[in-house]
Amino acid sequence: MRNAFCSALVALSARKPFVFFTGDLGFMALEPLQQALGKRFINAGVAEQNMVTVAAGVASVGEQCWAYSIAPFIYGRPFEQIRNDVCLHDFDVKLVGNGGGYGYGVMGATHHAIEDYGVLCTLQNMSVYVPAFADDLSPIVDRLSADKHPAYLRLGRCEKPKGWVLPDYAPWRRLLRGDAGVLVVVGPGAGALLQQAVQRPEAQRPEVWVVTELPVRKESVPEACLSRIRGTGALFVLEEHVAQGGVGQMLSLSLLEAGVHPRCFRHFHAKGYLSGRYGSQAFHRAENGLEPAAVLAEIARLACA
Amino acid sequence: MGPLTVGLNRSRIASVRARLLQMHYESGVGHIGGNLSALDAMLHLHSEVMGADDAFVLSKGHSAGALYVALWAIGSISDDELRTFHKDGTRLAGHPVAHSHEKIAFATGSLGHGLGLAAGVALGKQLRDEPGTVYCLLSDGECEEGSTWEALLFARHQRLVNLVAFVDMNGLQGFGSTREVASLEPLATKFRGFGAHVEEVDGHAPDRIDAALRQRGDEPLVILLSTVKGHGVSFMEGRMEWHYLPMSDEQYRRAREEQAEA
Repeated sequence: MRNAFCSALVALSARKPFVFFTGDLGFMALEPLQQALGKRFINAGVAEQNMVTVAAGVASVGEQCWAYSIAPFIYGRPFEQIRNDVCLHDFDVKLVGNGGGYGYGVMGATHHAIEDYGVLCTLQNMSVYVPAFADDLSPIVDRLSADKHPAYLRLGRCEKPKGWVLPDYAPWRRLLRGDAGVLVVVGPGAGALLQQAVQRPEAQRPEVWVVTELPVRKESVPEACLSRIRGTGALFVLEEHVAQGGVGQMLSLSLLEAGVHPRCFRHFHAKGYLSGRYGSQAFHRAENGLEPAAVLAEIARLACA
Repeated sequence: MGPLTVGLNRSRIASVRARLLQMHYESGVGHIGGNLSALDAMLHLHSEVMGADDAFVLSKGHSAGALYVALWAIGSISDDELRTFHKDGTRLAGHPVAHSHEKIAFATGSLGHGLGLAAGVALGKQLRDEPGTVYCLLSDGECEEGSTWEALLFARHQRLVNLVAFVDMNGLQGFGSTREVASLEPLATKFRGFGAHVEEVDGHAPDRIDAALRQRGDEPLVILLSTVKGHGVSFMEGRMEWHYLPMSDEQYRRAREEQAEA
């Protein structure tokens, strides 16, 4: 996704000016953007607090700013700077975190971001974008560019099945029809899940939706999705994020407010580091019950119960 | 930048100081000590130094009262609005809040943010080829925040020569002196080590501040203001408790008398 992100920003730079900051990251990825932006591409060094604060200052004079780092370094280290300097003022600063969830795998827990959007969605004026596919980056960058408010973009690794044709980008998209409940997925894990879900008969698989724009609010959930939750009576949520503040909780509240009460609910979410052992993103997904085959098996068991 | 003249006489400063004391007394709030140490520089900047293209960032947000009264002194805040200070429904909170006033660009109060914000404004001006200088006022205790030094590294590397940082060196912080808490000195050496041009002046002498401002070069300028916490009120000067305490009726009466005699 990082290359798609870079390409989208290079394309944007030909249409409108903006300022891009990196926290000393982007080697062999952001060079085309550096070349396109010239003096408006600023390596702020290994100083994420200052990078976010400076971006707020630059935004205060009317410039849109983008600030990039590895995900935990852009939302965790400078959290107060995001809260005070960006969000309280509603400045046009876009925070971009690479490697959402367990994306950095065996690099270790310091490089993981499994609490990011839950934390950020608590802030004033903040929106969050979690693309599921590299194809999403161009429309998301366009939306972010047009919006004048703070936002966080969580990048990951595109896992779209080869040859899969996606529907046009939308904050909520139905990716696969199914009758065994509704599965709402957040982020790139949707791709790996589709790969396996599509091999099951429609009657034995869930209807797969992907949500990309957060926070989830009652009014943001499409009626088509609500209708299928009502109809199937089962809702499942899959996300590489802890339960607290995650989409599972946001969506549950939205459904309560909408008067939708599925009889069956299961939240597949990150739980941290259960064994104290570390490995690839796939290793952590498996340990947390987020691996597609396990998720689909559990859904089949619950939906049939 | 506006004209570097010395237009504030002692009685004018004393009258503004009296208004600041009145604000804090009527609101029953503390923090007056650090407001009094910073008032002279802030008043001089807003009254005599800054022009339409310039910007000011109050990093030591707990001196909001001094900023409000400086803006009152130049006619940017009305007397009626000043009377709302620290009261329900006010725009003039104990620390500056967002969108409160056209001349207060940022909500501050958590220390260590102001210099980076000012650096951002200065960078933005450079990228847009806009004129003007960005002035920022920090506290000395705030120099214990790592983000202050991140900002200075950035400002020096980006050659933000349109940035001037003042440090209110009153020597007292929340729970002790800067010497006791963090061995902060020699602060000038530390700032120079980060590549800033440093001037050290009496923070209660506008002509000395003007002289320091003329020393602009190819680096960000840092002016260390030697100040006295509680300046101008004899029983407050150099005493840490005035970081916190509100004034009693008797203390306020004495403080006002001293301003009338100034």
